[in-house]
Amino acid sequence: MAQNKIRVLIAKPGLDGHDRGAKVLAQALRDAGMEVIYTGLRRTPDQIVSAAIQEDVQVVGLSSLSGAHNNLFQKVANLLQEKGYEDVLLIGGGIIPEKDRKQLEKAGFDRIFSPGTSTEDIVEYIKDKVNE
Amino acid sequence: MKDKDRQEKIQENLKKWREGPFSKFQQRGWSEAYTSYREPVKEIYTPLDAPDEEYLDKSGFPGQYPFVRGVYPTMYRGRPWTMRQYAGFASAEESNRRYRYLLEQGQTGLSVAFDLPTQIGMDSDHPLADGEVGKVGVPIDSLADMEVLFDQIPLDKVSTSMTINSPAAVLLAMYIALAEKQGVAPEKLKGTIQNDILKEYFARGTYIFPPGPSLRLITDIFAYCSKELPNWNTISISGYHIREAGANAVQELAFTLADGIAYVKAALEAGLKVDEFAPRLSFFFNAQMNLLEEVAKFRAARRLWARIMEEKFGAENPKSKMLRFHTQTAGASLTAQQAKNNIVRVTIQALAAVLGGTQSLHTNSYDEAWALPSEESVRIALRTQQIIAHESGATSTVDPLGGSYYVESLTDDIEKRVEEYLEKIEEMGGMVKAIEKGYVQREIQKSAYEMQKRIEREEDVVVGVNRFAHEEAAPDDLLEVDPEMEKEQIKKLEKARKNRDEKEVKEALEQLKKTAQEEENLMPAIIEAVKAYATLGEICDVLRSIYGEYQAPTF
Repeated sequence: MAQNKIRVLIAKPGLDGHDRGAKVLAQALRDAGMEVIYTGLRRTPDQIVSAAIQEDVQVVGLSSLSGAHNNLFQKVANLLQEKGYEDVLLIGGGIIPEKDRKQLEKAGFDRIFSPGTSTEDIVEYIKDKVNE
Repeated sequence: MKDKDRQEKIQENLKKWREGPFSKFQQRGWSEAYTSYREPVKEIYTPLDAPDEEYLDKSGFPGQYPFVRGVYPTMYRGRPWTMRQYAGFASAEESNRRYRYLLEQGQTGLSVAFDLPTQIGMDSDHPLADGEVGKVGVPIDSLADMEVLFDQIPLDKVSTSMTINSPAAVLLAMYIALAEKQGVAPEKLKGTIQNDILKEYFARGTYIFPPGPSLRLITDIFAYCSKELPNWNTISISGYHIREAGANAVQELAFTLADGIAYVKAALEAGLKVDEFAPRLSFFFNAQMNLLEEVAKFRAARRLWARIMEEKFGAENPKSKMLRFHTQTAGASLTAQQAKNNIVRVTIQALAAVLGGTQSLHTNSYDEAWALPSEESVRIALRTQQIIAHESGATSTVDPLGGSYYVESLTDDIEKRVEEYLEKIEEMGGMVKAIEKGYVQREIQKSAYEMQKRIEREEDVVVGVNRFAHEEAAPDDLLEVDPEMEKEQIKKLEKARKNRDEKEVKEALEQLKKTAQEEENLMPAIIEAVKAYATLGEICDVLRSIYGEYQAPTF
C-alpha cells in the first residue's frame, strides 16, 4: 500500500518566514496518509521545481505571506511547464488578494486557497484531483 | 484567625452553592471552557483564589516591585501609551509619506517595517531578493535611503521603533549617522530596535548568522548604547511572533522570557554589569481574543521578569526589573471572511493590551488577511486606539482588573506554568540549546496544529469562518505595491554606489573585517562603513565571510 501514498511537496518560495500554515498543512496531509516533503524556508523557484521532480511528487503546494506570490508562484508554474512537469497538481496559499488569485488560477495554478480554509477541505481536494 | 474563619465560611457557602443552585442550573445547560493552554476554567472564582493577605507580596503598588500592577505609578492618567502603527512599503519616499500622514493623524511614535531583503541583510539586487523588494516593508540599501525615509522628520522629536534583527547594528548605525547629519546628538535619540535574534530561529525566520556571533552583535549593541545612546531601547524581546507561530499564552511568555534570560547571560559573560544594560531591555507581546487571560498574561510577565532580574541576576536598579512592553494585536486572528468583523476583534485585543498596562500599541487593520493595509483601514485601526484612550474609561485608574478573583488566579496560574517551562529549558542548558534540539519548535508546532484541529472540529468558534458564515465579496480597495518599484530601487542602489568614494568604502569594510575577527566593539566600525555609504548587503557580506550563515534544520 505504501507505494500508493500521494506524494506532496510543500514549499516556501522567497524570503518569507511565516511557516505556521505550511507546517500545519504538512502535518494534516501526513495524518491523512500522504507522504509530505517540506522544503523549509527561503527556496528559489529552481530549487522547488528540482525538489518536486527529484521527489517525484504528484502535488506541489506553495505558501507565501509576503506579497511576493505573483512573481514567485508564477516562476514555479512556468518552470514546471518548461521541464515538462505540468501534470503535477499545483496549489498555493497565503496572503493573496482575490485579483491575484484569479490571475494565478488562469496561469497554471489549479487552486489558490485563502486564509480560513480547513485542512480537511484541502485533503479532500487533493484526493479528488489526484485520483481523477 | 479572623481571616481563617472567613475563608472557612466562604468555602462552606461555596460548597452549598455548588451542590444547590449551581448544579440545578447546570443540568439545563453547561459548556466547558478552557484557557489557551488548555486548562479548564472554573465555574466561579472567589476570595479563596486570590486571598487579601497575599496582596502586598504578590501585587504591591504600580511603579514598585514586583510591578504586577504597572511599571509606572500614574500609568495612563499621567500619559497615554504610545500609539505606534507598524508601517513601511514600496519605497523610502512612499513610506516617508505614510509616516508623515500617521503623525498628522495623531500617532505618537514611528514604527518602521523593513522589507525582507533588508531584514536578511541583502541588497535589492541580490538574486534571492527577486520579487520581495518593497513588499512587506521599506527597502533600505544604504544611508541614502534612510535620508529619504526620515526626510522632514526631526529625530530629536520622534521616537522610532525599527523591526530589524540580524542586521540591527547596521540599521541603528544608519540612524545614528542620519541624526548626526540632522545635527541631533546620539544621547537625544529615542527608540527601539527589535534586535531579538533567538526567536528568528524558531518563529520568524529572518536569521543570517549562527547564534554565537549573533549574540556578540547584540551584546556589542548593549555595550555601545549604554554609553552613547542612553535613551535607546537596545532590544525588544519578542513573544509576538512566537504566539503568531501558534504558541499558547504560557508558551509565549515562557519562550520570550527564556530568550531574555539568554541575552542577560550573554551580556554578563561579555563583561557588562547587569544594571548598565538591563534598564534598556524592552519586550513585545501579542494581544489575542481571550481578553481576561491576556490581561493576566501581561501582569504575570511583569512579576516573572522582576523576580528573575532580582533573584537570578541580582539587579538593584528598579528599572532593571521593570518589564516595559509594546503590544500588537493578533495578526493570525484576522479573518479573510467578513473582513470588517476584524475591526471588532482588534478592539477587544487592544483593550486587553491597555487593561494589561502596555507602554505602546499597534492595532492591526481589518484588511490584513488580504494584503498590506490601505490608508483607510490603517486610520480605523489608529482611531480604535484613540477611542479606547479617550472614550472608554479603561484608562481612568491603574490596573482596573487587579483584584478580580479570576484575573488574579489566572495571573498566578500562568506564572507557575511559565516557571515550569523555564526550569525545563534551564535543564536543557538554556534557550540556545533548546532551540538547537528543536524542542521549542516542536512545542509550538504541536500547539498550532491542535488549535487548527479544534477550529475544524468547531470546538473553537471563529465567527464568519466555521460559524455564522455567509458568502461575501473580498475587499477590492486593497493596497497594491507596484512591481516596478523593485526596478526603481535597484536603480537607486546603483546610483548610490556610483556617488560614493570607493576607496573610503573599501577601507571602512577592511576595518570592519578586522574588528569582526577581534574582540573590539563592532558598532564604531559599522558606523564608519555606513557613513561611507557602504551598502547593507556589503556590510553583512563582510560579517558573513567571518561568521558564516545559519542553516536551519527542519523539525
